[in-house]
Amino acid sequence: MIRFLIKRLLSVSLTLFAVSVVSFLMFFALPKDPVAGMCPKNCNAERLERVRQELGLRDPKVEQYAAYMKGIFVGRDLGSAQGGKCEAPCLGYSYVNSEAVTDTLGRVLPVTLSIVIPAAILWLLLGVGLGMLSALRRGTLLDRLAIGFSLTGASMQLYFVGALLLLIFTYQLKLVPVPHYTSILDNPLDWASGLVLAWMALAFLFSAIYARLARAQMLETLSEDFVRTARAKGLAKRTVYGRHALRAAITPLVTIAGLDVGAALGGTVITETTFGIQGLGRTAVYAVRGGDLPMIMATVLIAAVFVVVANFVVDLLYAAIDPRVRLS
Amino acid sequence: MSLSPEIVEPVQATDPVPVERGVVGRSPGQLAWRRLRRDRTAVISGCTLLVLVLVALAAPLIEALYGVGPHDEFKHLLTRRGSIPLGYAGGVSADHWFGIEPGTGRDIFIRMVYGLRTSLFIALASALVTAAIGVTAGIVAGYLGGWVDAVISWITDFALALPFLIFALAVMRPVELRFYGPREEVPTWFRVAVLIAIFAAFGWTSTARLVRGQVISLREREFVEAARASGAGLGHILFRQLLPNLWAPILVSFSLAVPAYVTGEAALSFLGIGIVDPTPDFGAMIFRSIAYLQTDPAYVFFPGVTIFALVLAFNLFGDALRDALDPKSSR
Repeated sequence: MIRFLIKRLLSVSLTLFAVSVVSFLMFFALPKDPVAGMCPKNCNAERLERVRQELGLRDPKVEQYAAYMKGIFVGRDLGSAQGGKCEAPCLGYSYVNSEAVTDTLGRVLPVTLSIVIPAAILWLLLGVGLGMLSALRRGTLLDRLAIGFSLTGASMQLYFVGALLLLIFTYQLKLVPVPHYTSILDNPLDWASGLVLAWMALAFLFSAIYARLARAQMLETLSEDFVRTARAKGLAKRTVYGRHALRAAITPLVTIAGLDVGAALGGTVITETTFGIQGLGRTAVYAVRGGDLPMIMATVLIAAVFVVVANFVVDLLYAAIDPRVRLS
Repeated sequence: MSLSPEIVEPVQATDPVPVERGVVGRSPGQLAWRRLRRDRTAVISGCTLLVLVLVALAAPLIEALYGVGPHDEFKHLLTRRGSIPLGYAGGVSADHWFGIEPGTGRDIFIRMVYGLRTSLFIALASALVTAAIGVTAGIVAGYLGGWVDAVISWITDFALALPFLIFALAVMRPVELRFYGPREEVPTWFRVAVLIAIFAAFGWTSTARLVRGQVISLREREFVEAARASGAGLGHILFRQLLPNLWAPILVSFSLAVPAYVTGEAALSFLGIGIVDPTPDFGAMIFRSIAYLQTDPAYVFFPGVTIFALVLAFNLFGDALRDALDPKSSR
């Protein structure tokens, strides 16, 4: 297990390094003039020139990259044009918001977490439950309904579902307020009622996909010899399906779920834009529209870190559930 | 991509089999075609797709017959205050089948006909480019093995670690800044090209993985060895010997990639990153409609339902195609 852990850790660091290089090049080598892209509206030529000097944009690209990385791990001095000293996880300074990028991120990250975590619990329970049920009741009306649901859901668009939910529950029935974010610590009820539509939209689409996957996995597992053996041994149906089959069928789903949650944490861009909730994703969209390069780069890095870390966690979980993985 | 000749080839090669005692020889292609034709879902979704593609192709003709262009504005049909269409369901009438847009007063039907064009063109072009890159990379990696395989496999793993939507979102602006100044207008064709490039850059990896796996199981087979023994070059083995045996998985992954790109393009345009407003596009239309959800709820339905039908038809057809090409996989 230790060897497996070290091997995975090495590959994770390599991937993170590659991600940071790619995104650095994307923002500092690809544009003709990165500084003009950082401050498109409220900077005059003089201020731009000062930023160029203080960021060392005339230095070789390798040195610039090293300075950026140093900022993330130990902090750096960005100079007076960019708000001065920048503390340890320094991701630069946003001219559009006139604050350090990490300050903005600290504000919007809890929003995205509040959207993703309850939604993920919902879609896993719904999707896996429905898939398992329809596999066990194969060919019945319930199974056919579940297949229909997952086909429709998989072809639906998040923004369309979101718009429909908003139209029905907020504007027509007036059951829930216009989506918004309040901290769970301030008012848990308001927190839930402000985000419930976002959870529903995400859970609807993802549970459709998961129901389909879970059904296919379960059907495959049910046809395996060990299930027949367990049944032949005289074990109760409940034990066989609930323990033997479920455990084998659910492992591939763990992988996919981990990746999806990781990707969603990096910004539920469409959900946030549809419902107008200012999380990580909508911040990224605003940054792109406003040409706020440091902000865009930070969101890309964070999203990639989430995906890579989720991947890593999934691998560990997988190794814990299925011992064969550790050996290969 | 020379996909279509490869598909037709086996059919022609086995056609002149002598018919004796009622036994008819059929190639795998013919068998798949027969299975596909007997599948009701496949026929219905296939016909739907055909109609939608024809509508997209015939857009200028439809415009001439319909008598309204995608940029014509009918401001007199809007309310003075709030610019909401007069009449029922967003101003549906004999002249404007799907009503008119609030705010601008443009005709929704003709904009959707052109939007279908934008969407399908980008999706099909991306799927073609993706297939070409993915197939080449996959065949090369699978057949050569060694360090070539290691490098290509690492790149595919790496690309899977990147969050697609955020990356696609982020790369658009730096690419624009490469070729245009911060305040310059970016032409539509450039945005379309960048979108296709983004989809290709992210999409080729899954095809490459699939093809690589298939090639690894094929490369030790006798026909490849025979080709190698008779002195065939690398290109001949890869594209003349191996590729014809791969068209089934490639075709399936191609047909399932198209709806994914339709969705992706609409999502990016919805976010205001892909195609922007004066150009007709589903994603951009739905984004506009969100602001009018309360006052003109009919506006969101037409593009929303159309894109749903388009993606559903592609998904169903892709599934049916897989079943037809691989009868062993019973879902």
